[in-house]
Amino acid sequence: MSTTESTPDQVETEVVIDPNAVSLTINGKTVAARKGELIIAAADRTSDFIPRFCYHPRMKPVGMCRQCLVEVEGPRGPMMVVSCMTPVADGQVVHTETEQVKKAQEGILELLLANHPLDCPVCDKGGECPLQDQAFSHGPGESRYVEEKRHYEKPIAISDLVFLDRERCILCDRCTRFASEVAGDPLISFTHRGNNTQILTFPDEPFASYFSGNTVQICPVGALTAKPYRFKARPWDLEETQSTCTACSVGCATVIQSSRDQVLRYQGHDNDEVNWGWLCDRGRFNFESVNSEDRFTTPLVRVGESFVPTSWSSALEAAARTIRLAVSSKGANSVAILGGARLANEDARAWAMLASKLGITLHDAQLDDGLSTEVFNLPQATINDATSATTVILLSPDLKEELPVLYLRLRDAATKNRTRIIEFTTKASGLTRYAWKSVNYEPGAQVAAVNAALNDTEIAAQLGKGNVVVVLGRANLAESSDFTAQAYNAIAAAFPAATVLPVLRRGNIRGAATAGLTAGNNARSILTAASDGHVECLILLGADPLSDVPDLDLARRALASAHNIIAVETFPTASTLRADVVLPAAAYAERGGTTTNLEGRVLPLSQKITARGTSRPDWMIATELAEQLGADIDVESIDDLTAIDAPSEILQVLSVVGSSAPERNSYDLRLVVSRKMYDNAVSTVTSPSIAHLSIGAGIYLNSRDIERIGAPVGKDVKVSASSKSVILTLHADDSVLKGTAWVPFNQPGTDIRELLNADDLIVDVRVENLS
Amino acid sequence: MTSTYAHAPGFVAGDRPKIVTSRFEFADSYTIERYLATNGYAGLRAALSQPAASVHDEVRNATVLGRGGAGFPAGTKWGLTPQEVWPRYLVVNGDESEPGTYKDRLLMERDPHQLIEGCLIACYAAGLSRCFLYIRGEMALAQERMAAALNEAYAAGFVGKNILGTKFSVDIVLHWGAGAYVVGEETALIESLEGNRGMPRLKPPFFPAANGLYGQPTIVNNVETLANLPWLLCNGSEAYTAIGTKTSPGTRMVAVSGHVKRPGVFEIINGVTTFRDLLYGEEFCGGIRNDNKLKAFVPGGGSAPWFTPDQLDLPFEASQVGPAGSMLGSGAIMVMDETTDIPAAALTLTRFYAHESCGKCTPCREGGTWLERILTRVVEGTGTDADLDQLVEVGSSICPGDFPHASNADLGLAAVPFPYKMTTICFVGPSAYAPVHSALTLFRSEFEARVTTRKRIPVTAAASSATGHAS
Amino acid sequence: MSRLTDANVAIAYEIIGRYPRPKSALIPILHLAQEQDGYVAQDAMKHIADLVGVTSAEVFGTASFYEMFKFEPVGKYLLNICGTMSCALMGSEELMHHAEKRLGIKAGSTTPDGLITLEHAECQAACTEAPCLQVNYRYRFKMTPAELDTLIDDLAAGKLADEIPSHGVLATVRQHIPADRGVGAVAPEKVNESPEWLDGKSAL
Repeated sequence: MSTTESTPDQVETEVVIDPNAVSLTINGKTVAARKGELIIAAADRTSDFIPRFCYHPRMKPVGMCRQCLVEVEGPRGPMMVVSCMTPVADGQVVHTETEQVKKAQEGILELLLANHPLDCPVCDKGGECPLQDQAFSHGPGESRYVEEKRHYEKPIAISDLVFLDRERCILCDRCTRFASEVAGDPLISFTHRGNNTQILTFPDEPFASYFSGNTVQICPVGALTAKPYRFKARPWDLEETQSTCTACSVGCATVIQSSRDQVLRYQGHDNDEVNWGWLCDRGRFNFESVNSEDRFTTPLVRVGESFVPTSWSSALEAAARTIRLAVSSKGANSVAILGGARLANEDARAWAMLASKLGITLHDAQLDDGLSTEVFNLPQATINDATSATTVILLSPDLKEELPVLYLRLRDAATKNRTRIIEFTTKASGLTRYAWKSVNYEPGAQVAAVNAALNDTEIAAQLGKGNVVVVLGRANLAESSDFTAQAYNAIAAAFPAATVLPVLRRGNIRGAATAGLTAGNNARSILTAASDGHVECLILLGADPLSDVPDLDLARRALASAHNIIAVETFPTASTLRADVVLPAAAYAERGGTTTNLEGRVLPLSQKITARGTSRPDWMIATELAEQLGADIDVESIDDLTAIDAPSEILQVLSVVGSSAPERNSYDLRLVVSRKMYDNAVSTVTSPSIAHLSIGAGIYLNSRDIERIGAPVGKDVKVSASSKSVILTLHADDSVLKGTAWVPFNQPGTDIRELLNADDLIVDVRVENLS
Repeated sequence: MTSTYAHAPGFVAGDRPKIVTSRFEFADSYTIERYLATNGYAGLRAALSQPAASVHDEVRNATVLGRGGAGFPAGTKWGLTPQEVWPRYLVVNGDESEPGTYKDRLLMERDPHQLIEGCLIACYAAGLSRCFLYIRGEMALAQERMAAALNEAYAAGFVGKNILGTKFSVDIVLHWGAGAYVVGEETALIESLEGNRGMPRLKPPFFPAANGLYGQPTIVNNVETLANLPWLLCNGSEAYTAIGTKTSPGTRMVAVSGHVKRPGVFEIINGVTTFRDLLYGEEFCGGIRNDNKLKAFVPGGGSAPWFTPDQLDLPFEASQVGPAGSMLGSGAIMVMDETTDIPAAALTLTRFYAHESCGKCTPCREGGTWLERILTRVVEGTGTDADLDQLVEVGSSICPGDFPHASNADLGLAAVPFPYKMTTICFVGPSAYAPVHSALTLFRSEFEARVTTRKRIPVTAAASSATGHAS
Repeated sequence: MSRLTDANVAIAYEIIGRYPRPKSALIPILHLAQEQDGYVAQDAMKHIADLVGVTSAEVFGTASFYEMFKFEPVGKYLLNICGTMSCALMGSEELMHHAEKRLGIKAGSTTPDGLITLEHAECQAACTEAPCLQVNYRYRFKMTPAELDTLIDDLAAGKLADEIPSHGVLATVRQHIPADRGVGAVAPEKVNESPEWLDGKSAL
């Protein structure tokens, strides 16, 4: 960076001339810019705002609203150009405020307003509307349009979440560009022509995109509105604070907006590192869960078969008594803590400190549903490293379903030809279409698939071209994670310089791990110890083993056999029904702190509203419990918990057992169980707008397997493994690899976990006709 | 002696050099037999007997001006592709739909092999490895004739792999549109050929020669432009430039329609023939119908600003027509005699462009329809003085600054030269305003009479004006 | 409401094969669907979306841009009377009024017997032969009201069936590139060399 002042003493400083640097003037002021940058983007760094509607910095410019016209001096006098499509040039002279420009901009605004209804007082966008704002700042003041305006049915639902008012639409192409260019879901399009141009979906194919909410946010008028926010508030009544979404571990920057102490909306916030302003619909619309009536608002203690509300002091006393009794009778190893990924970093630290003070070693923030947190000790890559890498290897779940905005970022990298994706998958994923190579494997056969690929000359050549990032996570809950670990180790052995972007999906799993709430992947041993009657006191830190542990039977036995259960929770779950004490935790947006995303980036969490009832942040619960237990952890406020955790050791490979999958009987299908974006997650089911979007339980087979089995599509079939069976509806899906069966995890309906056993390396199922 | 061939309705031959219409006299002119019997594919042989670069030089030397409207020399256009970027494509613009214009349709219906041969010469010279021939959707006969001719030409070894047994290989793919005037604009044509809505792209960055079809270098040439090439290769650039003038060599096809005695399509000598020749010459239209007085004429397709009798002696030469306030465009003259209702005539054109707006740019989408509505009101007698000013105001939002118009001695007007400034990507928006501006500038009294006499016409007559109703 | 027939799917694949990118075949295949059903049916658009690898919304987005595609059944004959300048100067308005009166319908609608749909059309590129019209895109030049009456009578009597196929059929001749003659379409990213004939030597 150069400064405007230069001192003679510093003439020795070497002057490095950036070949991409250009200098132009905008309204007489010199602006530094880079080659290829657009005039409008350069102007955004000055105080001279160029009005615009269609231009959006994260999408390709189309230059169609024509609002951003400016004058650029040329050899034949000033030329009027659109600043959103005209690149800067060295020595360029730009004027944005001449009479000619002003007249043109006023003219365009008058034309945009010509057919725009004057319903601002009842429009959700009123008060935060770019059209309204720019009509005031750059408009003609009055309209001379006396003709009748365009009329359309208003509004129409284009999806479960989004409404479209075509009368308000100014046809800027933002939503449609977002849908095709960013989300890859071109389910909305311009239709018809000229003055009749409109945005529509195909008649019976709604805009069912996981990212539809973004179109509402970027709509420059009130044409697109989101069902959960319609008529809820006026922008001037909203208060807002910046925060981070914790629906998954991507860590998207958000703005939490509230009114009268109620959360009303989340908006995406733009940053270069993580989410570029985008959110998935689950992260955007699950704000409703904060407002859910279905919340713990006061501590509860079990009396017989029911819960009785009680005071914090007696609840904490009851909890402390349970813990103290367990430690004194059976030792600290009879107390176990499950969960922690819901917590903020500070909460996790407080609980880790308490555990350490009490000597509790049985704790895990995962629920036997991820990979070992050793993945955080491998050489790390950031999201931007991945999206600028020459090659990205996906050894991960379907990112579109589990880490949606990471999907958007990688999709962008692949479609813009920056990065080639080599995907290893059991089933076509969201990124399969954009992958350079997509390698299918049967569960358990990852290592063979990876080794074969590494021996492929074309793939080896590609991997040798530049840096390689491995996106590493658990793709299948019905197989041992050992296979994925072995597959990764094979890649690491062949390409030691490869770095890893770990994609363990739970919100703050990385923060919990860093704080010390995980010690390897030992949720399974904790549950086993509990089921064997060795756990006197089980503390559930926002964990619901009965819903989330893949081996349902193990979870059932563990919760039945744990002598006492303390649940620190926000919402009632299947597991809290078994608790002896419930300590209500404050919800997202009701507590502050930080969270750590999958890259290890520490991001802010902000409190926007008052915690419901008497619920408290988790760190406070830990602190007070410590006090009750006489194990003071010396925390007065959250600020005492902001310590930087020491860096962990670096590993080159993951620990493996070296399992190999047994042969598959040709009558059986190898089972894949993985998540969809919408499932029975508590924040989803307590958000009415998205709760019904789950696809429901079912089994999905390749049509050739269905033909072989002769089972009826759309009807119930018997799915059995070992001696157990469940009934599931059969669906045909050719994205499912032949010889495998796919079942979505944690969906409303029959629970596939009845068939899962933690000790099984893989699960083979037989699908049979019910009749 | 002027003759009209019954099998080529509209075309009027004459005693002038024929470069592109030489076979129109034959009823079977569209067959490969007739084509081969009349020196067909000799131009291709001549081309293939030279290195590609020298064919390109020949075309460059001949200054074959583009006949689609902009008049850019084809040889120069071919040279604008970036070095060493492959593949490059040829897209033939046969989406002829400019009001008043037709010649490409006749060339495709009457002499399809000539166009095929022209395409082949262009592909050979400029290294274009695939050719897409985009024919306007409504031209069923042209599509049929071109399809049949291509099938013949493939069978005879003139198109496809190893043409005439040489290393030169190119496919010509017949493509057809579905009714959208704007697709005649070259970037919209490319969008349409990619299977998209035919909405023009901004140039730059989307100059087709650098960034065209599928993002590749693409030459978009008009049908008539390419139809010139076989003759040029057979006869050489010197023979070509011997016809017409230095800046506008060769011939060009012009359609004269409206209030003349003998409307027709003529192949005229470029740069030499004047509007007076065309409108009044016995070998052309033979005067205004009923020997009425000429009121005005549109010199270059519906988009062009209008001329009055003051400009009759201008030749068909862009360097003279531009400074006079209009353009030659696509070679179409529409003639209005003294009986013409000028505001109503302007409305037919403004309605056309408003209807044909693609909807991409705000000024055209909203402004075009607004102009149409105001003008409709004026024509129907329910307009006001303020409406006339408003027409100009809306027009200035589409075309800021002075809009071109012709000089007029009676009105004491000086010419404002072509072109105009515009706030839109393509010329459709300005074209909606052009007739309004010309008519208002040259015949304002007719508008004033309309708004002051207030002829009582039921408002329901306005019901046909475009309002966007829900589907 | 129908998908493309097997025969038309075969034609569709032949058309797709001519383009470096399948989506380019969209408009020709939409014409094929219209030829099959007389209009572009919703199921046909879904089928076409699958054939060229885009969404139905994209197919409709493109299709609805173009005047010629009809999304509801129209008459067997589409009568398009040009009303742009040259035709207007030569009396097309009168011709249209006559047609409306004679057919008993307004422009934009179809006769109750489903025979004729009357439309106002824009410039048909036959300006010297004004006023002109098209019946299923077959021209009739310098039309007078009397000639229009005769035309309508002939259509009703089925006299023009040979010359004018029913709505949807455009060219009755299709291009066919013989397998042994065609060069073939290659995706642009798979080509990075100059054509063989640009070697500085003459080809013949």
